[in-house]
Amino acid sequence: MKLVTAVIKPHKWEDVREALETFGVNGMTVSEVSGYGRQKGHTEVYRGAEYDIALVPKIRIEVVVDDADADDVVGIVVKAAQTGRIGDGKVWVSPVDTVVRVRTGEVDGAAL
Amino acid sequence: MDGYYAWMIVATALVLMMTTPALALFYGGMSRSKSVLNMMMMSYVALGVVGIVYVLWGWSMSFGPSDVGGVFANPFSLFGLEGVAGGSYIAVCFQMTFAVITAALISGAIADRVKLSAWVVFLPLWVTLSYFPLGHMVWGGGFISQHLGAQDYAGGTVVHINAGVAGGVLALIIGKRVGFGKEPMKPHNLTLTMVGAGLLWFGWYGFNVGSIVLAGGGEKADTRQFMTETGVTFLNTTIATCAAMLAWLAVERVLHGKATSLGAASGIVAGLVAITPSCGAVDTLGAIVIGAVAGALCAWAVGLKYKMGLDDSLDVVGVHLVGGIVGTVLIGFLSTSSAPGGIDGLFYGGGLGPLGDQVGAAGIAIAWSAVCTTVIGLAIRHTIGWRVSDEAEVEGIDSDQHGEAAYDLGTGLGRGLPSSGVLAATQGRAPVTEGAPA
Repeated sequence: MKLVTAVIKPHKWEDVREALETFGVNGMTVSEVSGYGRQKGHTEVYRGAEYDIALVPKIRIEVVVDDADADDVVGIVVKAAQTGRIGDGKVWVSPVDTVVRVRTGEVDGAAL
Repeated sequence: MDGYYAWMIVATALVLMMTTPALALFYGGMSRSKSVLNMMMMSYVALGVVGIVYVLWGWSMSFGPSDVGGVFANPFSLFGLEGVAGGSYIAVCFQMTFAVITAALISGAIADRVKLSAWVVFLPLWVTLSYFPLGHMVWGGGFISQHLGAQDYAGGTVVHINAGVAGGVLALIIGKRVGFGKEPMKPHNLTLTMVGAGLLWFGWYGFNVGSIVLAGGGEKADTRQFMTETGVTFLNTTIATCAAMLAWLAVERVLHGKATSLGAASGIVAGLVAITPSCGAVDTLGAIVIGAVAGALCAWAVGLKYKMGLDDSLDVVGVHLVGGIVGTVLIGFLSTSSAPGGIDGLFYGGGLGPLGDQVGAAGIAIAWSAVCTTVIGLAIRHTIGWRVSDEAEVEGIDSDQHGEAAYDLGTGLGRGLPSSGVLAATQGRAPVTEGAPA
């Protein structure tokens, strides 16, 4: 199993969720996060005083999927979240040893 | 003239609203979240202290019958309003609200770092030495009104130049906030500031249009004259402010790429400040010009504090001193005899005389306020001291000076834990029965 983590622009969240549901992903964990990449945040101006705001709001999506689905899920997220402009985000994949469904005690593939 | 008194009561209440809550909201929103209550308290406490001082000797010093060298009137001639009667009570209330907001305006320059006790000591000293004498010089038959033909309809010199200079001088004497120029000190709640600016504009009609009492066009005027004068000052107050807001936004758009809400709020105040002395002296086009010049110049001026290293926290100098000078000096160019309180200025064939009078009045106000505020500011610095400790300043002056926090957004964890609050309250309560004599 793999954990697919995506950090995307907030306005792309609905598109990504729809694409993942269409593909058959049953659940995901979503959080509002902030961070920055190469674009280094943005600037705010208060009465002429410029403040560099380093952190930009983003949405982080975490999905655990079967090994075979990992590449497809990454592709779906990238396609749905892409605007082509700076700050579109990142997707990465990490290995997952074990998954247990708390309600039933089911393990791994059956727990997804 | 019954309508005159009815209007003056309304106008007085409007000006009172300018300090509490309008200025408190305007300044409070621009402060950091850890010091918003202290900022608001400086306005509320100004109302408390100056209100009392005004009826004891403020009215007497400003408008009392015994002039002392053209500078002030005998503080004891009408002490405690002894001898005041009839319609004068409304004039006292109206003038009291002016003294209150002028003092409260200064607090914006020294936000986040001043002990409440120092502010409470400063207030009566400053209004006594700086505000009441200037009020007498300009409005009460003193030096400026006797020797200069300067026009100041509602307080460009007495209120705005006076408060602006005082704010700048105090910011110098008290020093910068810890971290000024290094740490971000963003406004914490611009919605409060926007509400405050809107309420200031609303209340300013009492300030400017109510100042018909000072212009002598009220009680004794016939109805037509009263309507003309109140109408023109109302109109000029409105359109100058519209122009100033747009000018500030335009400057921001050009210099920084975006027109901001804080710019709109600031432009509103800059326009209101500049039209204050001139609202009775100029025609419609003159008011638009004064507003536009004030909006643009103040937008530029607020950036200077970073270049000068002066921590005038909320730009009292950039908005009130600069705006007050713009409004006072432009009268010399734009004043016209077609306005109810105006004489012809430079652009209307009046020559350099009126301009000289306006510059002279502004100069006297600047010098008077600077000297008085320096003396008081240094005296407090070398006695009780102005500042809270650096630690208190960094952790939050609200907690240090008032034992309060403005916002409790707790989730039930940490300081929001209900039991900790109950526990503290129980421990703080004195035992009622134990140990009491039977």
